Amino acid sequence: MNESRTRAASALFRRDMKLAFRRLGESLLPLFFLFTVIVLIPLGVGPGPNLLARMAPGMVWVAALLASLLALEHLFRPDLEDGTLEQWFVGEQSVYARVLSRLFSHWLISGLPVIVFAPLAAEMLHLPHHALGTLIVSLVLGTPALSLLGGLAAALTLSTRGASVLLAILIFPLIVPLVIFATGAVSMAADGLDPDAHLGLLAAFTILSLTLAPIGIAAALRMNLE
Amino acid sequence: MTLLLEASQLEFHRYGNPVFRPVELRLDAGRAVVLTGPNGVGKTTLLRLLAGILAPVRGTVHHHAAVAFVGHLPAVKGDLSCRENLAYEQTVGPPGLSLADALAQVGLAGLGSRPARALSAGQKRRLGLARLLVRKTPVWLLDEPYASLDDVGCSIVDELIQAHLADGGGVVLATHQRHPEIDALQLLDNIVMQFGAIEDES
Amino acid sequence: MIAENMWKTLKLWFHKLGSAPSFYRFARVVAPWLWLGFAVTTAYGMYLALYVVPPDYQQGDSARILYIHVPVAWQAMFIYGVMTILAVIALIWRIRLTEIMAMSCAPIGAALTLVCLATGSLWGKPMWGTWWEWDARLTSMLVLLFIYIGIMGLYAAFDDKRKGARIASVLVLAGAVNIPIIHFSVEWWNTLHQGATIRLTGESSMDPSMLPPLIWMVISTKLLFGAALLDRARNELLDQDRSKNWVATQVLQVDT
Repeated sequence: MNESRTRAASALFRRDMKLAFRRLGESLLPLFFLFTVIVLIPLGVGPGPNLLARMAPGMVWVAALLASLLALEHLFRPDLEDGTLEQWFVGEQSVYARVLSRLFSHWLISGLPVIVFAPLAAEMLHLPHHALGTLIVSLVLGTPALSLLGGLAAALTLSTRGASVLLAILIFPLIVPLVIFATGAVSMAADGLDPDAHLGLLAAFTILSLTLAPIGIAAALRMNLE
Repeated sequence: MTLLLEASQLEFHRYGNPVFRPVELRLDAGRAVVLTGPNGVGKTTLLRLLAGILAPVRGTVHHHAAVAFVGHLPAVKGDLSCRENLAYEQTVGPPGLSLADALAQVGLAGLGSRPARALSAGQKRRLGLARLLVRKTPVWLLDEPYASLDDVGCSIVDELIQAHLADGGGVVLATHQRHPEIDALQLLDNIVMQFGAIEDES
Repeated sequence: MIAENMWKTLKLWFHKLGSAPSFYRFARVVAPWLWLGFAVTTAYGMYLALYVVPPDYQQGDSARILYIHVPVAWQAMFIYGVMTILAVIALIWRIRLTEIMAMSCAPIGAALTLVCLATGSLWGKPMWGTWWEWDARLTSMLVLLFIYIGIMGLYAAFDDKRKGARIASVLVLAGAVNIPIIHFSVEWWNTLHQGATIRLTGESSMDPSMLPPLIWMVISTKLLFGAALLDRARNELLDQDRSKNWVATQVLQVDT
């Protein structure tokens, strides 16, 4: 039973990756979007390095959030429309494992590129170099929670009209602690203070999301199939 | 006779109203249950309940064997080829026919590398049926399997069902247009679902 | 034996109340009394707050807004607790009335949260010289308002109200887990970014004369919630059941 669960999850993961690569341009859109946000900010507030450096932690995180949000609409909806989602629930299969697998794919597409390109974004916004490490750690710890809570919002709004606006409204209050802990850590590091307390809370928040969100997602998906 | 699927006192509500009267259903190996009745009596709802996609408001469904469900939606990814779509199915559960054999059985021989989005509606349905063949699942739940199929396609469905029943499988099938042309012996039950006549709660 | 009988009576009562027509009749009879109680307690509480309590030695008369701001803030959070319990019952036992009641909680909670934010803003102007201050409590209330609005929006997005209620109930639970964390994180964020700010309430010791109006206003907001909940739930029930027999025969009194 356990083995078939991992097999189903890994088969789904391989298929998701294959599909993502078939539409590589579409998959990379969130990343391009991230950079449009990063470029727009200096154009909006002026290129002063001091101001930018103060805003950098928050801006990188807001951009990461927007990138994640952009990919959320395609998290479950195509599967709902072509009928592959209802197949998850046929018989006594583990929906939980598939939910985790799907969220991992989402994170690879929307979270990981942000982490990889974070140094570039940080440099463009003049984040102090000694805070870069903390920024990356905060992204590594925090972006999975972004996928988990975003997944919950996407699952809840799956079969609704006007899902994308609703999705954005639902996700905002859920991720308030995440944004506070993550940007707090980077700001502390930028000011030369110890960010460990923030990072610890961030990790705890992500672990809590990891334990609870998939259960909620599985329940919400099933209810939306009615 | 082995029991494959059992449902008792099954109820489901939509918009706060019961869709049908409580349903009792038993499926044994080598048997087919055919659900007939006009549109809107809840044939699809019942099948989705039996599959486990919907959770019943009251009553229980017991699966004594693995279940496969073919619904209105073909459950194939347009960006993947026919072969890739079937290969994905094969990873879950005990393997059945090879990909090429399964494609040949449903009349899609030679189309294995074509992207599923380039198939016609009828061909997509055939591909959906091929999903049943690439892995071994004793219980088939088929929702309007004849929809958008040509005459050859319809007889393919009948042949597949016949072979599956002979192999010790069971089939629950919902249809409103065509009845399966299979041996009368295997057609144990023919449930005709009646519409309406459900009392108001007060 | 007595316990068993009590349990039986309770179950019977619960079952009776659970049926739509009985709840409708119950709510129609009880709600006006709750509204009356609300009017009386508010009038008395406001009288005490405005005429009996002496002006605050620091803030003068503007501090009197506390008697609305604080009870409303407490009630807005209390409602979330009630909604959570109802949502759990709705998800586990699928009782339609609890689904309706849980969903009826959200607009009331949102309205009270909005009142809390508005009074906080009004109070903030003389206190801080600005209509909006990123005070930890006000920020938490703002996030709570967004959660309430999210629940209402999600519920409204489904045509099948029962399906919508159960899906929105999942969100209610997610919010219930998250609200304490949000509260804590905002508090933390606030102390880190602003150091010590003047709080609207708390810490400073309360004059004994402040307590009675506060208690009366707390009771009044509870009655307001009860009355509004019964009325909202009754209307929602009527809307969902508008084509059912009991509405025609018992409410509209027409022959079918």
